[in-house]
Amino acid sequence: MLDLFVIPSADRRLIPEGRLSGPMPWVIAIMIFLTVLAAAAGLALAQAAGDVSDELASRATVQIVEANPDSKNRQTQDVAARLRGLDLVQEVRVLPQQEVEELIEPWIGSQELSNDIPIPALIDLKLTRPAAGPELQSLRSAISPLSTTARVEPSSSYIAPVITLIRSLQWTAFGLVALLAIATAAAVIISARSALNTHRETIDVIHLLGGTDRQITRLFQRRIALDALLGGLLGLIAGTGIIWLISSQLSAIGSGLVQSLGLSWYSWLIIAAVPILGMFIAMMTARSTVMRALKKIL
Amino acid sequence: MDEIVQFENVGLRYGTGAETLADLSFTLFPGSFYFLTGASGAGKTSLLKLLYLSQRPSRGVIRLFGEDAVTMPRERLPGFRRRIGVVFQDFRLVPHLSAFDNIALPLRVAGVKEKDLEVPVAEMLDWVGLGDRSDARPATLSGGEQQRVAIARAVIGRPEILVADEPTGNVDPEMAIRLLQLFEALNTLGTTIVVATHDIHLLSKVPGAQMMKLEKGVLSDPTGSLLHPPLPKDQLR
Repeated sequence: MLDLFVIPSADRRLIPEGRLSGPMPWVIAIMIFLTVLAAAAGLALAQAAGDVSDELASRATVQIVEANPDSKNRQTQDVAARLRGLDLVQEVRVLPQQEVEELIEPWIGSQELSNDIPIPALIDLKLTRPAAGPELQSLRSAISPLSTTARVEPSSSYIAPVITLIRSLQWTAFGLVALLAIATAAAVIISARSALNTHRETIDVIHLLGGTDRQITRLFQRRIALDALLGGLLGLIAGTGIIWLISSQLSAIGSGLVQSLGLSWYSWLIIAAVPILGMFIAMMTARSTVMRALKKIL
Repeated sequence: MDEIVQFENVGLRYGTGAETLADLSFTLFPGSFYFLTGASGAGKTSLLKLLYLSQRPSRGVIRLFGEDAVTMPRERLPGFRRRIGVVFQDFRLVPHLSAFDNIALPLRVAGVKEKDLEVPVAEMLDWVGLGDRSDARPATLSGGEQQRVAIARAVIGRPEILVADEPTGNVDPEMAIRLLQLFEALNTLGTTIVVATHDIHLLSKVPGAQMMKLEKGVLSDPTGSLLHPPLPKDQLR
């Protein structure tokens, strides 16, 4: 691939090269800009989904539904004590009444709730391993003699629809990246064909003087690769600028899921590689387009 | 003497029309000088296109440098084309390249290093009287100057066959004679020359040259020498 860039300058002049003079670099710049944004969105969503899933995978909630407050409190203390004694359980936290009321406040208002409605007691558990079927069954067996109304739920079940939505958005973003790659290739095909038509006479002369398809193709490949690299860098700069702006606005919001929408260093590495991948796609597309066109000439 | 070009019952048809060239059978020998004459539309340019591998025939056999040029794989054509110099009727100079770069083109295509091509190209420019127009683009050259650049480009690679389509069409008589002398000099060095022209007076300017005449796509042999090797130079006249 690198031999593209070491073509002697005299040979390069066979096909005039004007940097940023045609529409090609600008088209590539727009494509790369959109690809960078789509890739960043996909990567951030993938990371968020992963972080949330990992965080919740080993968590479970015990719910004690009991109308009598005294009985509820007693059962809660007994169940919490029992759970602390299990090897499977790493951390036990009984949610204070006030915190539980705050959780349900958006649905039923902020009146003195506990006197009118039986509010369940909640115990948040962090397990030593993911809360799958056997683990949950083990927890249920351990607490059922202490509270007949206690229910054990894995925390991941509450967030599952959100994770599904995030995953859908993530794959939509990656689908967009694929579509943009196809659109870039299509733009390169049009550009290469146009360049071939523009330089048809020169190509014919080079052919008749004994020039090979490879020699001619290299000239076009180089020209389109440089256009793509230049356009790609412009697109990358614009794209990273927008991502930085959005990142700082998200940081300012500073709440749970939104905060986990950051990009890791390897995500940045992938984004930085987008122009290079764009150049590679452009170069290979130009090569196959020009080679195919040349094969039609004797 | 081994033949350098051999045509056997060659015909050429463009599309579905009538044959432009029909039943061409002849042999060209190394180091010979041939004039190809005929009226406009007789098929001279078509015959030359077959010679410089720009066109494949519709039928017949063409042997070039001892190999079948009709069934030759496309990938091998560049190597053969480098052994043939061509002066096109419409010059076909590359418009954005200088006279120097146009003349250097065959050498660059053949992979000659930049340092090795400066001297021969400069000498060639002097030889065609354009030493002071080295940097000129074709658009700034007169028709005659463009033709001389085209000729210089065709001969710079010391081809084994030189094919020229009306090479003296745009130059004054004095330059025409100089160009013919250039072709003769190349011929002396062993290059086979084929010059298509409708200028019958040129024929007498090159002693020992043989003539092929095309009439409506059919070849006649006025000098009777196409099927036989030419006489050695010292036995001419």
